[in-house]
Amino acid sequence: MNSRRLLLAAACAAPSLAVAAGANFNPDIALILSGTYGDFKQDPETYAIPGFPLAEETGPGEEGFSLGESELSVSANIDPDWYGQLTVALTGEGEVEVENAFVQSSALGNGLTLRAGRFFSAIGYLNEQHAHSWDFVDAPLAYRALLGNQLGDDGVQIRWVAPMDLYTELGAEWLRGEAFPAGGGANEGRGAWSAFVHVGGDLNASHSWRAGLSYVSAESDERLTESEAGEDLFTGDSDLIIADLVWKWAPEGNSYERNLKLQAEYLRRRDEGEFTPAGGAALPLDVVANGWYAQAVYQFVHGWRVGLRHDHLKTDDPGNVFSGTVLDTQGHTPARNSLMLDYAHSEFSRLRLQYNRDESTAEADNQWFLQYQMSLGAHGAHQF
Amino acid sequence: MKRTLQVVMLLLQALLLPLASAAELKVFACEPEWAALTQELAGEHADISVATTARQDPHHIQARPSLIARLRNADLAVCTGAGLESGWLPMLQRQSGNPRVQNGRPGLFEAAMQVERLEVPQTVDRAMGDVHPEGNPHVQTDPRRIARIAEALSARLQQIDPSHAADYAARLADFSERWQAALARWDKRAQPLRGQRVVAHHKGWVYLFDWLGIVEAGELESKPGLPPSAGHLAELKAELATNPAAMVVRAAYQDDRADRWLARETGIPAVELPFTVGGTPEAKDLFGLFDDTLERLLQALK
Repeated sequence: MNSRRLLLAAACAAPSLAVAAGANFNPDIALILSGTYGDFKQDPETYAIPGFPLAEETGPGEEGFSLGESELSVSANIDPDWYGQLTVALTGEGEVEVENAFVQSSALGNGLTLRAGRFFSAIGYLNEQHAHSWDFVDAPLAYRALLGNQLGDDGVQIRWVAPMDLYTELGAEWLRGEAFPAGGGANEGRGAWSAFVHVGGDLNASHSWRAGLSYVSAESDERLTESEAGEDLFTGDSDLIIADLVWKWAPEGNSYERNLKLQAEYLRRRDEGEFTPAGGAALPLDVVANGWYAQAVYQFVHGWRVGLRHDHLKTDDPGNVFSGTVLDTQGHTPARNSLMLDYAHSEFSRLRLQYNRDESTAEADNQWFLQYQMSLGAHGAHQF
Repeated sequence: MKRTLQVVMLLLQALLLPLASAAELKVFACEPEWAALTQELAGEHADISVATTARQDPHHIQARPSLIARLRNADLAVCTGAGLESGWLPMLQRQSGNPRVQNGRPGLFEAAMQVERLEVPQTVDRAMGDVHPEGNPHVQTDPRRIARIAEALSARLQQIDPSHAADYAARLADFSERWQAALARWDKRAQPLRGQRVVAHHKGWVYLFDWLGIVEAGELESKPGLPPSAGHLAELKAELATNPAAMVVRAAYQDDRADRWLARETGIPAVELPFTVGGTPEAKDLFGLFDDTLERLLQALK
């Protein structure tokens, strides 16, 4: 009796093995479908942060309906030594963009990982994550103003995880220097580099944390930014440092029902060089800007999360010669407060409502967002 | 100057000491049951760290920095596989910089893939909830399957650490003997459970039911991975009114509100089972896991 049952079971199992083996040779395909409805008091077309030249596509998003941050990702192990990934995304402004196209080593050993291609830099905490894993619809103001939302560029990256119980990762990147705050692919297409260290661990089963310190050196050769007055150019060096801290809590590490995520980052950028404001002559510039945000996201019952975020930005007044240009702070200190509520029916679908009281300029803006995010296909694992 | 040099040397020694004692096999167990099995089969040759506890849902684990650090140093990762850890293990593998534990390497042991799996879907569609193309991954609730996994795991240990192969073989023989004796005892004890109808919180017990001849009378989750909905619970209650069940079972990490509601409405007991080693105070090791599982099921039957 028993052996007959086993035989039958073996016969049933055989075709499934064949399916599994076949599926393994196909790359994982993950599709994120996202759509946002935005409602603003101020016209997002005229969005500016006084004192900060802004990179492309760094506004508060489109008014009305838009497909921002939908993305298609294809990834697979290439052979025993390499893993590859391609991610194509629709930006908030509706343009198609290659976000990621990289290969990564999986066989170097000794905690070493090498990556080459286009990727989001591993600086900071939020920078390396795709927009669909952010807890708010938009990037923090400090990311928007100092990093052009998110630093992604072409280049190479090396990371090393130390052989210790305390998670310690050291890494460095050498980048083309096309992406803000660099620009123009200065230094013959190798105009930026970065270095970072991440440490992290568990306090006990319920609490875990990660902290990081990052540095970016970015060279600009006639970096072009647009403002209301026209096109501004910057040639010079930018030094950026980021300190970040993330703290997660879940009762006994079981995040299914309730969990809390606290996260804060501090960014500081110094720009030194020549700035050519629209319609003007080149002027020497040396300013320091800094910004920070802190946010808390709490899941109070399975599927439901509420989030609170505060943003703060500050930059040196570059002097009277820049008055009336994009670098003119107009005596204003930009800030923003955000409130978010989201609901996930399953781990593959999410609906989000967000309100921003945005004081990027002296005239405060009320911003409302309604967003859906659905993930189809391969079950993508998420970073901490 | 000389003193400074001495201090530096001492510090260096302290730093390198962990490397010097690394002669034993470093094992990263994804779930407590595989840590317990590795402990049985490798004994003092293995330095085992376990990634999750019985209070955590193994489907939903954060790819925490501490886990990356532990996987980085592992010689062998012992996991369930069959997609159970697909939300976190691939991220750990990619960030660890450790080639030994990548897919297809001997350093990654997937327990569920060593045995015949149930509920392998003909088609895979997320409309069915969180189903795994490889079949139901919760194989650790069937001791017969554990016996087969033990053989495969011992073979793997012998493969990656040949210097202790004879000892691993001896430990497997010892474990198998004790396990077969326990299995005979459990089979005898579990006779009253045969043919009983039991409601499951999540599709986590198909292998236990398969072993004990229990008939699944329904699930609290309408689709795997989705929380029990009021509508589905009402349907289940109506169905149980015409075709009653003996009890409703859940794992220690699962929220018990829906279980208690059903117990109140239908008068059947709600039973918390260990599901893995450490799930209850009595489930201290693999033997305790099944002793206590049976004890709790039989108690509920009275």
